Amino acid sequence: MIRRLLALALITTASVFAQQISLTGAGSTFANPLYSSWSGHYHAIHPNVEINYQSIGSGGGIRQLIAGTVEFGATDGPMTNEQLAEARQKLGTTILHFPTALGAAMPSYNIPGVTATLKFTPAALAGIYLGKITKWNDPEIQGPNPGVKLPGNNIVVIHRSDGSGTTYTWADYLSKVSPEWKSKIGVGTSVNWPVGLGGKGNEGVAGLIRRIPNSIGYIELIYAIQNHILYGEVKNSSGNFIEANLKSVTAAAAGATKTMPADFRVSITNAPGADAYPISTYTWLLIPEKMSDMTKAKALKAFLRWGLTDGQQYTQPLAYAPLPSAVVQKELLQMKKLQY
Amino acid sequence: MSNVVLATPEVPFESRGLDKKQTWWERLRKGDEVVHLITLAGGWSILVITGLLVQHLWVYSRLSRHAFGWHFLVDSTWDPVNGIFGAWPFVYGTVVTSLLALAISIPIGLGSAIFLAELAPRKLSNALTFLIELLAAVPSVIYGLIGIFLLIPVLFNVVPYVQKYFGWIPIFNGTFYGVSYFSASIVLSIMVVPFIISISREVLISVPVSQREAMMALGATKWDVTWRAVVPYARQGIMGSIFLSLARALGETMAVTMVIGNVAQVSTSLMAPGYTIAAVIANEFTEATGDLYLHALIELGLVLFVVTMIFNALARLLMLTMKGHEVVG
Repeated sequence: MIRRLLALALITTASVFAQQISLTGAGSTFANPLYSSWSGHYHAIHPNVEINYQSIGSGGGIRQLIAGTVEFGATDGPMTNEQLAEARQKLGTTILHFPTALGAAMPSYNIPGVTATLKFTPAALAGIYLGKITKWNDPEIQGPNPGVKLPGNNIVVIHRSDGSGTTYTWADYLSKVSPEWKSKIGVGTSVNWPVGLGGKGNEGVAGLIRRIPNSIGYIELIYAIQNHILYGEVKNSSGNFIEANLKSVTAAAAGATKTMPADFRVSITNAPGADAYPISTYTWLLIPEKMSDMTKAKALKAFLRWGLTDGQQYTQPLAYAPLPSAVVQKELLQMKKLQY
Repeated sequence: MSNVVLATPEVPFESRGLDKKQTWWERLRKGDEVVHLITLAGGWSILVITGLLVQHLWVYSRLSRHAFGWHFLVDSTWDPVNGIFGAWPFVYGTVVTSLLALAISIPIGLGSAIFLAELAPRKLSNALTFLIELLAAVPSVIYGLIGIFLLIPVLFNVVPYVQKYFGWIPIFNGTFYGVSYFSASIVLSIMVVPFIISISREVLISVPVSQREAMMALGATKWDVTWRAVVPYARQGIMGSIFLSLARALGETMAVTMVIGNVAQVSTSLMAPGYTIAAVIANEFTEATGDLYLHALIELGLVLFVVTMIFNALARLLMLTMKGHEVVG
């Protein structure tokens, strides 16, 4: 009798374990707080689904996804055509991009005696980062800031030393507004900087800015908001100087919705729209179109749908800008492509 | 392997513990060959691990090796966007910061070790040694933070004066941003000093009393005994501590990247920002996309391995020549 009971107990535990679904994803460190939060909230509603997200960096996420060691990837810069082709060849399936939230990069500075919010033109930012504009009182910087007395000191340029989505966004913006940047430097998670010092991570860049007088650097929106860091406004494509905040970043995404390509691999830097903040970016989940394990596939699909709809409420408390509803609608349509 | 075999006791192999009539306890007690096998496996595992490491570095750097060849070592451009990779600024930065760190830490470390071993009262020596060994266990990120929050503000005050009077010397000129080869070297030297002190002190203490007595009998002063009898006797151990420090300095990542400025350039001025091999690998590896980029970073790892080997070989050579010039008492 006892033996039979034991067997029964074993069978029940086994079936409980069988229902436990564990999904593994890897990639973007920028989106890690959001996906960790999603994972926790989703597990509370669906106790049988466990989502493990490893924030190993976008490049690492793409590599792991192509190698087939994770179910989904996450990136701050869209996959290149070569990477998609490699994935198709190795996994036998297409990888789809799904934007999940928005971020931005903004110029932060430390000029002794200046506490005002500076206004930056695209030409000023490109000039500074190309090493063409070297003094703070250069007409290109002083021009839009008539009320501020800028010193004639040399500008110390600071950038990220680690490969990052923030650098990608920054370089992407500069190549859109400066042909010289586009031809000489280009876009990437790390680039060959013509000038400047490198700081590791947002905290490294912010630390250098704080420590070195007359410096300028770019930092990520979330970090700036959470640490109350002074940052400048940037002139957008409509000619307005815009402060980066959750609203103006979402406005940039909304402005770029009309021209959004079918695969969502879109850069929204310098997007149209009167209120759009020009150095904004999506962060994407990378989901394979076909998966061999149907249970996992269905769970992943449900999680994605939840993240795009209910999950959006968790973006703002973490200082991510939420997706515009038009984009969410497009993505829900795109989900029909998933063959599970 | 032959060394290991030679190192076993001179008991004939056949007579050791193979007698079936021995009890389990006896065989365990006389288990020489068990120990032999265990230590042999330990010795071999080092070779296997090193071999696999080199093999991996070699295989996964092939794209970069084929694309750039020897130019990889001498080119100064590091452009991930256009796929052009040269390691020279990183090699230069690694070598300069490590050597400068050793130049700073050897006199301090050796001096402290001699004080602790020879001059200080035993109680004080033990207390200080405990503190020093604690320093060796501090994570490197803490040293990086010390560099940023304590060292760099001090340097901001000191360096302008140095530049005012010595700015004409190339190694001191240029704009000082706080982050530089010099700052990185100082942080590195603080990190490696505990290794030098702790090991050297241990070695100095273990020098036989007979050495000291013989020197004293010749009428030497206390310092003569220390410098002419004790230190030369302990030379090998002291060199060992310096090797260990050098290895740590060459491979240090976190503390260096926080204070060196991370700029892929070569400057004669020590006040200029630079970059090291370990720092660039740590910074760029996670986000490296594209096979060539990844292979170039792995080739940097291979270069670091070779640089470390060259340094070790040079140090050993130095020791051999030193042995040739025995100190005359």
